[in-house]
Amino acid sequence: MDTKITILIVDDEASVRDSLYQWFVEDGYQVDSAESAKEALVRLESKDFDIVLADIKMPGMDGLEMLRRIKSLEKNPIVIIMTAFATVDTAVQALKDGAYDYITKPFDPDELSHLIRNASKQITLAAENDLLKEKIVSLENVEDLIGNSEAMRHLMQEISSIAQSNSSVIITGESGTGKELIARAIHANSSRKFFPLIIVHCGALTESLLESELFGHEKGAFTGAVYNRKGRFEMADCGTIFLDEIATIPPKMQIELLRVLETKTFMRVGGNKEISSDFRVICATNRDLKSMVDKGLFREDLYYRLNVITINVPPLRERTEDIPLLVEYFIKKYCHSMNKPTITIDAKALKRLEEFSFPGNIRELENMIERAIVVGDGKKIRLNDLPIGKESENSPFESLNDVEKKHIQFILNKYNWNISTSAKVLKVDRVTLYNKIKKYHLSPNKNQ
Amino acid sequence: MNPCKITLISFGQIEKPNLEIIARDVKRELQVQVEYKEGFIDMSQFFDPSRSQYDADQLIHLIDTEYASDTTKTIGLFTVDLFIEILTFIYGQAFLNGRSGIASSFRLNNERYGMNRNDRLTLKRFSKEIIHELGHTFGLIHCHTPGCVMMSSTYVEDIDLKSHQFCSNCKNELEMIFINNVKF
Repeated sequence: MDTKITILIVDDEASVRDSLYQWFVEDGYQVDSAESAKEALVRLESKDFDIVLADIKMPGMDGLEMLRRIKSLEKNPIVIIMTAFATVDTAVQALKDGAYDYITKPFDPDELSHLIRNASKQITLAAENDLLKEKIVSLENVEDLIGNSEAMRHLMQEISSIAQSNSSVIITGESGTGKELIARAIHANSSRKFFPLIIVHCGALTESLLESELFGHEKGAFTGAVYNRKGRFEMADCGTIFLDEIATIPPKMQIELLRVLETKTFMRVGGNKEISSDFRVICATNRDLKSMVDKGLFREDLYYRLNVITINVPPLRERTEDIPLLVEYFIKKYCHSMNKPTITIDAKALKRLEEFSFPGNIRELENMIERAIVVGDGKKIRLNDLPIGKESENSPFESLNDVEKKHIQFILNKYNWNISTSAKVLKVDRVTLYNKIKKYHLSPNKNQ
Repeated sequence: MNPCKITLISFGQIEKPNLEIIARDVKRELQVQVEYKEGFIDMSQFFDPSRSQYDADQLIHLIDTEYASDTTKTIGLFTVDLFIEILTFIYGQAFLNGRSGIASSFRLNNERYGMNRNDRLTLKRFSKEIIHELGHTFGLIHCHTPGCVMMSSTYVEDIDLKSHQFCSNCKNELEMIFINNVKF
């Protein structure tokens, strides 16, 4: 046992206390004893015990009264009641008052061992459960939602108010803006946070797979259905289901989905039993669902069923003031995961990132930082470490002429100013190349 | 050889050759000088007619005060059904880190469980229980390592699952106890 389970024995008979004490010590438990309920309550105030093993009949306060008082304490140890003459009434009363179990004296050695082992397991599980709940609660801070811009502050406010309701949510936004993260934040802030968040990437599944994935299937429903399988809606019971890329759902599935959202009941593929599930649905799309409805590509009734609340996640180019914070976050994240000391970014590189339009949004920025940490010198992220760094050394806003001039110079240098070869590579004739050299005043020495 | 001694005192009808085998098993596992002898107690004073069993708490206290000494670990060997107040029966008990213990062969016989008599198996089980109780007198608590003699046994089958030997952890602990030259 890594952490010793502590047991308090409460019995007015010294022989019982001594025997139990010896028995538990030999079993590796930490044991203490008290000869009355009053003494036990005093001990419980000053020390934490995991299990209290108490006789029901004691002079003064009896075991049942002590049990009631223990249950009103802030600390809540498992209480097992010992009784010499078990009657159904006393046993039922003890269990009603919150006793974990009761045991009739004298006990079978095996019965006692099992009882204490099971109680210890429950204590360990309860401790693990508390730890997991703490971890979930820490998610409420939505640490991964980085940003201090007006747009982000507004978004966070929206999330915290939306999370409290049970309404369906559609999250819209360009690809890479972090729609899944928003869904996670809504779930983590909701009363459903201790239940599962089930994520389904609808676009990644074919129609038949999606049906089986969402509703589950019965054994033998189709070739390969070797076992009964729970669907995602069933798994999301009491929790949240996040349907990413909802716009890709085929029309037949749209009807099925609408039915499930309306009735919260469904049948597994190949099944004949209605299954009900209490879930909240959050969807995400990077497409304009309304215009899809207008074009008849998405069912209007489903759209209105889903679109109770809409959250629009702004693209990164509309909140460039968040870029330094995001960069700092990704540097820390990847340096940590790569076991490297945390590095910094130089001003030029950061400026370039702030000026870039990021069509791939945060995902693109994240990839850029990860790559820069891998290829960089391990001290600082510099302009050259960024894939958008090299072509922008002079100015991020170059004209077509500037780009053409640079490219011709590059090719000429590469082929040692061999005009014929360079013209061939550039797919122009020699005369045109001569004209360009003249136009841009290019010479063999330039930028060598 | 460790600087301590073990005394086994038989208070029941345990044949001398069997006592010799037990003493040999104990010596092999603990590497301690073992002596065995026969003793006599009027068992009727420990008999509880309401339970038809013998009071193990009273017996162990008698062994500790009348037979044990500070220079030896003493185990009283019995053939009667032992109980302590809170448990329906026990195979044996010992003072943890103390100088004495008791063990009984009463519930170790296959015949009690509707199977054929097997004296060799009973003796084997008895040896294991005696070594187990001795382990407690040296300060060892129950061990969770499969096969270790210090595993807790609440059924005879549990005793069959373990060996006479201490696992490496218990052995190391015993070594440390011997190095620190435990007082007897």
